[in-house]
Amino acid sequence: MEILKVSNLRKVYHTKNSEILALKDINFSINKGEIVSIVGPSGCGKSTILSILSGIVDKSFGSVIVKDNSNLSYMLQDDALLPFRTILDNCLIGLEIKSMLTEERKNYVLKLLKDYGLEDFIDKYPSSLSGGMRQRVALIRTLAVKPDILLLDEATSALDYQSKLLIEDDIYKIIKKEKITTIMVTHDISQAICMSDKIIVLSKRPAIVKKTYNVTLTGKSTPLKNRKCLEFNKYFDMIWGDLDE
Amino acid sequence: MNNYSNEHKLYLKILKKKKLTVFLLRISIIALFIALWEIFSRIGLINSFLFSSPSRVLKTICELIKNKTFFKHIGITIFEVIVSFSLSNILGFIISIILLWNNTIYKIFDPYITILNSLPKVALGPLIIIWVGASMNSIIFMALLISVFVTIINIYNGFVSVNKNYIIMLKSFGATQIEIFFKVILPSSFYNIISSEKVNISMNLIGVVMGELLVSKSGIGYLIMYGSQIFNIDLVVTGVVILGIISYLLYMIIEKIEVKNKEKFS
Repeated sequence: MEILKVSNLRKVYHTKNSEILALKDINFSINKGEIVSIVGPSGCGKSTILSILSGIVDKSFGSVIVKDNSNLSYMLQDDALLPFRTILDNCLIGLEIKSMLTEERKNYVLKLLKDYGLEDFIDKYPSSLSGGMRQRVALIRTLAVKPDILLLDEATSALDYQSKLLIEDDIYKIIKKEKITTIMVTHDISQAICMSDKIIVLSKRPAIVKKTYNVTLTGKSTPLKNRKCLEFNKYFDMIWGDLDE
Repeated sequence: MNNYSNEHKLYLKILKKKKLTVFLLRISIIALFIALWEIFSRIGLINSFLFSSPSRVLKTICELIKNKTFFKHIGITIFEVIVSFSLSNILGFIISIILLWNNTIYKIFDPYITILNSLPKVALGPLIIIWVGASMNSIIFMALLISVFVTIINIYNGFVSVNKNYIIMLKSFGATQIEIFFKVILPSSFYNIISSEKVNISMNLIGVVMGELLVSKSGIGYLIMYGSQIFNIDLVVTGVVILGIISYLLYMIIEKIEVKNKEKFS
């Protein structure tokens, strides 16, 4: 069932000296429960799409239809943890703003913090956490509002390789368990293949959708293990070729 | 402490020693200065009538304490500093919030604030006395004029230097401008603003003393002015010494607040 539909999306940025057409004509739709990755050459406007979907940036033209009043939640590349709030309070900020802070939601956040090994840090400040832990907190803050659609913008790119692989698995497990539709932007082709059901490849700026792949991996399980699947290299080579052109 | 390895104990010992060295050197500079000043005036190398001496300053302080005016003068100066400091912060906050809220207003007023800040306000002294009257109000008004523009600039800079990602994060949850201000901008600029208050408080002290020099019947500025009029250099130098001590103490109070919040806000 279709949950989100983007048609003829166009974005022009205006500066004093120029006019930059970032997105030319973007069309795609996403089904409920799908994990979709958007990949493309650096600077092609991948993140702009998520900014438009989350409402931070206005579109220039086109339509974005979100079905059933679905609730979107956006996780940025930067963890943006507020240094003056405790870990728990950082996780609750979205609920506070959306006036959704109830005892039940708070317990849900506490459970997530416990599940991801952050139990001992609930009352600590972000400065006491490692990069991987900070990203987990940012993820929990994003999930606290129980989104129907999760937008991930380069969620692991600031991390070291090992933390990145671990967080990938964590994110994957939780979005599968909670059945959250996910749109992720990444520059990492391997991450896109091992996590997604569908991959949208954008052209260089001004961006259009160049190709869409439905990813089918034999023996698909967690992202870390999916890297060993037979078809992994085939997808990698095809997408690599698309980006190279 | 006992659980530390010998190597760590040594490290702590070196750290403590370095801190002690800085402290002792700092103290010895002022001690040396005072000692040389006293010696030079005693052996007649400098004229103690024109340059006073530490013992004469001490004597003057004792006399001021004896005739019960010492704490009155200090109290009045500090009171005036606190009033103008509070007023300039209240005004600074209100104006900075307006400038932050509307970028067009900021662009319109930015050059005026810069110009008014660099204008030598002491030149307005005689006018202020005519406008406000020869009272404590003129002194506070003078101090306010000197400090308020720096305060506005510092608070506004504190507001706009907030990490943009914090604001984007809040916006992604649909936060309003007011929520963004109270949940992110105000708390995250708090530490920067406290740091800039160190400059602000000394600007207020300068403003108050300037006002007192022009129009007053009490306060440290008055003591200095009065001393110079009756050619009592001891009184003038005593006033300057007291000002130095007050300025250091006010600075230390803000520094203590800053250190207390450092871990949480930086």
